[in-house]
Amino acid sequence: MTKTPSAARLAAIKALLFALCLVPFALYTQRWFDDALGANPIEAITRGSGDWTLRFLLITLAVTPLRKLTGLNWLLRLRRMLGLFAFFYASLHFTTYFWLDQFFDLQSIAHDIMKRPFITVGFSAFVLLIPLAVTSNNYAIRRLGGRRWQSLHRAVYAIGILAIVHYWWLVKADILEPMIYGLILAALLGMRGWWREQERRRQIAASMPRPMPGGKVIPLVAKSPR
Amino acid sequence: MRILRPSDILPSEITPRALFEDRRRFLLGAGATLAAGAAMWAGLPSEARAAAAKLGPLARSPFSSDEPQTPYKAVTTYNNYYEFGTDKEDPAANAGKLTVRPWTVRVEGLAGKARTFDIDDLLKLAPLEERIYRLRCVEAWSMVIPWVGFPLSALLRQVDPQGSAKYVEFVTHYDPKIMLRRPVLDWPYTEGLRIDEAMHPLTLLTLGLYGEVLPNQNGAPVRVVVPWKYGFKSAKSIVAIRLVDKEPRTAWNKSAPSEYGFYSNVNPNVDHPRWSQATERRIGEFRKRPTLMFNGYAEQVANLYQGMDLRKSF
Repeated sequence: MTKTPSAARLAAIKALLFALCLVPFALYTQRWFDDALGANPIEAITRGSGDWTLRFLLITLAVTPLRKLTGLNWLLRLRRMLGLFAFFYASLHFTTYFWLDQFFDLQSIAHDIMKRPFITVGFSAFVLLIPLAVTSNNYAIRRLGGRRWQSLHRAVYAIGILAIVHYWWLVKADILEPMIYGLILAALLGMRGWWREQERRRQIAASMPRPMPGGKVIPLVAKSPR
Repeated sequence: MRILRPSDILPSEITPRALFEDRRRFLLGAGATLAAGAAMWAGLPSEARAAAAKLGPLARSPFSSDEPQTPYKAVTTYNNYYEFGTDKEDPAANAGKLTVRPWTVRVEGLAGKARTFDIDDLLKLAPLEERIYRLRCVEAWSMVIPWVGFPLSALLRQVDPQGSAKYVEFVTHYDPKIMLRRPVLDWPYTEGLRIDEAMHPLTLLTLGLYGEVLPNQNGAPVRVVVPWKYGFKSAKSIVAIRLVDKEPRTAWNKSAPSEYGFYSNVNPNVDHPRWSQATERRIGEFRKRPTLMFNGYAEQVANLYQGMDLRKSF
């Protein structure tokens, strides 16, 4: 079952996934124009774009574990698009705040970023996403070299944690939802930690000289016969 | 989305809510009428709730604001009533399970004539007034709501509070069978006021809005409305009012003492630790507007807090 789809098939899968990733955006846009976002549409848009940023971050972070568990290596080919959609929804989230919520009031925004920890954390996560989005292309990978590109993109782990903290700190009392997202993130990062530890142990074991089976045991202290 | 600018509409010019709510049905019906040439729209099955009981006659109050009122639909679908769920739409979806008859309110504690009031007696205890108040939520949004009720002082006077009664505690209904069981807050939700705040003529024992009995999600059948304080101070679905000598603990204060003080007066100069209170979004408006000291009721209530440091007593 680990057959890699053909190039044409993969292109079709990608096109379908692209359309699917746009569904939340389309739904919110429709509800906005239908005036169907409730009494406080700006809040609904802010929350919706934030929710979907977090979901796409988690989906992107789920690709590697899913690939390892299923052996479907081609899933990796979808990861860039998913990550870029996380950035797309993050940009919408930020724009909603910047434009609809604050109405370009730079002083108030600067004040918020400096003074409100949950905004500081959310803004940091967004800023950290920018270099990742900018380098999500083959040219950047070639330019940076695979190893450097990979270590840069490990920043997504920190971004995931910052995003959870951002959500956790903004809720008033009901932490159920941020906790659920947090547990999913912990599982996704925990699997990576576990695999890395396994890998480390394997390497240590491989580099150690093994005791020869059936070899003689040499006593450390020669006993003199009585 | 169209953003409408509030205009200066006289209350008398506002489309009656029943008609407004029925506009879709009216249009559908009008279309059907034109098409079929038969006046039958009134016979279409109603999708709306059962007609709420009208309250009246209602006296007008000099404390009423003349600002444009927040539409009934927003007032009744965008609620914080955590017992019925923590999302804004949850109370409207879930509060239908609340049984509001029979209902009694115990008025007890340091009172000469403590007793229990039936909800139907409360409705007749004092002349009902319409009070159009601004409501400012601690989450930095606001509404203008035509409440119906009478001053809480009228009820408290009935029980003859003793001199030692310095505070009033409100205990609200909690039924785990129909309400949230997760301990998001320490149920039952309790709130409190200083006795002079409770006796202040602006503090309204509230039984209705938009001329009708309170919808469940707005705290039926009886709640309190304290317009110069953040909305959470205005306890909903009250079952007991206690006259006490010590400052009572309150639900949000227990949850996060550094964020929600006992007083919780609307104050643009004292930020919530996690967000600014300088501005607010009036529901239905696009741009934020500046928040007013004591939610615009400074003239009536500022004297209650003379000599107090409102940064410390937030």
